[in-house]
Amino acid sequence: MTATTLFEKIWRAHEVVAETPETPAVLYVDLHLTHEVTTPQAFAVLRERGLKVRRPDRTVGTMDHSTPTVADELYGRVPIRLESAARQVREFEKNCAEFGVELLGIDHPDRGIVHVIGPELGVTQPGQTIVCGDSHTSTHGAFGSLAFGIGTTEVGQVLATQCLLQRKPKTLAVNVEGALGRGVTAKDLVLAIIQRLGVGGGTGSVIEYRGATIRALSMDERMTVCNMSIEAGARAGLVAPDETTFAYVKGRPRAPAGAAWDAALAGWKTLVTDAGARFDREISLDAARLAPMITYGTNPGMSVALDETIPLRPGDAIHAKALEYMGLEPGQRMLGQKIETVFIGSCTNARLSDLRAAAAVLKGRHAAKGVTLLVVPGSQRIKREAEREGLDRVFTDAGAEWRESGCSMCLGMNGDLVARGAYCVSTSNRNFEGRQGVGARTLLASPISAAAAAIAGRIADPREYLA
Amino acid sequence: MDPIRIIRSRTVVMPRTNIDTDQIMPARFLTTTTRDGLGQHLFADWRYDAAGRPVADFVLNRPEAEGCRVLVAGRNIGCGSSREHAPWGLCDYGFRAVVSTEIADIFRNNSLKNGLLPVVVDEATHEWLIANPGVEVTIDLETSTLALPDGRRVGFPVEAFARYCLLNGVDETGYLLAQEPAIRAYEARAGK
Repeated sequence: MTATTLFEKIWRAHEVVAETPETPAVLYVDLHLTHEVTTPQAFAVLRERGLKVRRPDRTVGTMDHSTPTVADELYGRVPIRLESAARQVREFEKNCAEFGVELLGIDHPDRGIVHVIGPELGVTQPGQTIVCGDSHTSTHGAFGSLAFGIGTTEVGQVLATQCLLQRKPKTLAVNVEGALGRGVTAKDLVLAIIQRLGVGGGTGSVIEYRGATIRALSMDERMTVCNMSIEAGARAGLVAPDETTFAYVKGRPRAPAGAAWDAALAGWKTLVTDAGARFDREISLDAARLAPMITYGTNPGMSVALDETIPLRPGDAIHAKALEYMGLEPGQRMLGQKIETVFIGSCTNARLSDLRAAAAVLKGRHAAKGVTLLVVPGSQRIKREAEREGLDRVFTDAGAEWRESGCSMCLGMNGDLVARGAYCVSTSNRNFEGRQGVGARTLLASPISAAAAAIAGRIADPREYLA
Repeated sequence: MDPIRIIRSRTVVMPRTNIDTDQIMPARFLTTTTRDGLGQHLFADWRYDAAGRPVADFVLNRPEAEGCRVLVAGRNIGCGSSREHAPWGLCDYGFRAVVSTEIADIFRNNSLKNGLLPVVVDEATHEWLIANPGVEVTIDLETSTLALPDGRRVGFPVEAFARYCLLNGVDETGYLLAQEPAIRAYEARAGK
């Protein structure tokens, strides 16, 4: 038998019909995650055509993108400020009820960001195909599953048939060796990978993250890396499951148990890229050389190490345009740049370990005068656990607002906005123009870099704040 | 969907690279529950100033953009968010094709499903199109070629099945629904 990649194994195991020159593969979807923003028009198509949801047992819904994070608004004690968002939430409740889709809705104790709750509940499992109408579905690849974002038309197709029409993507190995230094996190690693590949460098490919550095990452850290695969344009990003993965999944509410666990585990252990398997492309990085990273421009590929200066690139109009939007100068040092807002949250960095890391920096300290600090847990489970550990007090004592879970300030559609022209150090995934609000200037960084910036009121080196 | 064969139009040129779907359709317009009317919000933050007035030098606000059906954009258009609201907005505004050297995966898929043709051309053709905004081009899906005003024709790749569906007005969802026996057999075989 020829040596095959992990991607190839998952792909083949889900081919309902293999691709031909004339027709794409019909690919089976094991898990379909849904949310309020990218489904209304899909349910409308089902209704128009008189179709049912084919496998409601493989479909899970939650609310995260347009939901407010202020408790009074979320739980209806005061009206949701955005009427269109309120309407969207009601519509999703109605659609899930009508089509028999399980909804972890507003009041559900398991509600949260769709890419946080899948893993946390054990719905996400190795070897699965997972789709969602959201590009950060790549997060679930951390479990050795083939997980990717789809559009709303495709959401409708999966609801109706549990399948998608897909051409087989190319494979890209990202090999990482070397130990991450003190204060250098998985977020810094993935920002460095995107800088290397460029925002379109992964287009048409599925990335497999490999090497000793990746093997040493926790599941939370692997999720941070896989989450941002799409920021290099990749279709998906995955990590072969190992003991770290199995230990994480075991005992989760919806993970297999007993004999079913043993059977599942035996299958998951075959999910590796065989020695000698070929990738269409490979790149290598030395993690030991990395420093904490921060973005300076208007896409996630435009980043530097914290202590570096912004590249000059004379004659590059795109670079100049990005810096003009950002109000930054070529050659400028990022360290010391004044900031107004800090956001710790999103599907990239709002898991418990992220909150713990940020809290370790903020403990006994206070955000600088004039800095708005917003901390938004990735799920209600994480919120409760953080509160049990007293992390919420660390944040509020530091002057932060501690909110209900949701996508929040990652994208400007739920009321959590960065002011026009303001700088926001954000643990989220995109620094596109206007992403966090019209005219907002986003600087992507790790949770500890964000916490350090909050204290200093400027971009600061998190290593100076670590115990 | 109506079949597509020939798109003949002058071009609108947006040379910026990496135009992400947040620019094409900002997130605040995603709270809609229909596909309709998104053209008015297309490129909203580039098209309108803080007071909601049209930005005079933005290309879509210039008189010569009126009626153009082909958008020529810098490399890697459509990166970022999977929101189908981006191609819905482009279609609603009147665009029928997007031309670039590289088009992001999810956006390309979403575009094909809405009759918005993603046309990937070589660097030289792209450079010429960017340097000559407003020229009339003819995109022929049947031959998968783009014809320039001087008669040059350049080929572009289109996935065979998507091309077939667009040319014949075939509905992909209908095709998938017709796979039901194969899907059922797969589920039985794979224990799903």
